[in-house]
Amino acid sequence: MANPHPGSPLSPEEISRPTPQAGMSGLVNDWAAERRVFDMPWGKTMMWLFILSDVFIFACFLVGYMVLRISTVEPWPDASEVFALTVAGQSIPLLLIAIMTFILISSSGTMALAVKYGYAKDRRRTAALLLITALLGAVFVGMQAFEWTILIGEGVRPWENPWGAAQFGAVFFLITGFHGTHVTIGVIFIVIMAVKVMRGSLEGSRPGFLTGRKGNYGMIESLGLYWHFVDLVWVFIFAFFYLW
Amino acid sequence: MDQGSHQQPALRVYLRVWIWLFVLSVLSYLVDLSGLEGLPKWGLITLFMLLKAGLIVAFFMHMAWERLSIVYTVLVPPAVLLFLAALMALEADYTLTSRLGIFTN
Repeated sequence: MANPHPGSPLSPEEISRPTPQAGMSGLVNDWAAERRVFDMPWGKTMMWLFILSDVFIFACFLVGYMVLRISTVEPWPDASEVFALTVAGQSIPLLLIAIMTFILISSSGTMALAVKYGYAKDRRRTAALLLITALLGAVFVGMQAFEWTILIGEGVRPWENPWGAAQFGAVFFLITGFHGTHVTIGVIFIVIMAVKVMRGSLEGSRPGFLTGRKGNYGMIESLGLYWHFVDLVWVFIFAFFYLW
Repeated sequence: MDQGSHQQPALRVYLRVWIWLFVLSVLSYLVDLSGLEGLPKWGLITLFMLLKAGLIVAFFMHMAWERLSIVYTVLVPPAVLLFLAALMALEADYTLTSRLGIFTN
């Protein structure tokens, strides 16, 4: 159960740390001993806590969506029909959403591999995988913009739509918009990280221009956690908003 | 899995998870196409959703290899969200009943 991802060079504290115990006694020991609780680079702990807070934000949106959908007396628009695409004269339900889902899962896979090759100090592969991840993320956002354009063209507004309950538009724009914003921010940071990897900033422990933090390959793992979280949120949106 | 090792998970672990995520996504899409209704539909969608979420968190986010102190810190607080969802479902149901009883007809 030891941390297999050494992100930063060993500090004196880590060298003197006793071999961590596994399981429940290890949990008690981590919290009771007079030292850092989490045996990982601080940046990764902070990313996990940020993700935890973001989980609560998205959960509040989804619970709000549930309340609106349960309590409305109007019929809720049928997502299968609303998000159908017509290809070669045939209407295929949820086609665009299915493609977007596959693109985001693919990008999560390339991100996981980028983290792996980062720790292996394979700069070329890491940078390439990060750029592929960013590209897939950008395609996802582009398809979302396309979807929004279609729906706006069909008359969907946050306060009305042609098919049923007026709350549909408000929920759709809020939830997919907030998720799309997360993807966009992720793409920007992944591109920045790819540049850092390519010029060797992580290996050379070069300080970043904004925060001055010294570069290390643990940063890719923290960024990867964020990206997988964005994918994770999409899993829930896909199930609750599009399929339910 | 390879708990206790100081190595990065093997490449095939990632590839296997990746393939499973694709398969589960296809399955949940098929649920929508199949025209199932009611409990079987919601049950299957929720099942596939939770399996996908579990795979992403456990392997892509490396939770399977982390110590319990961070695992519990991240995974226990979201459990209270189920309580929030249950309360709000009751509330929404009451709102619907009131609307149907008082404002329509």
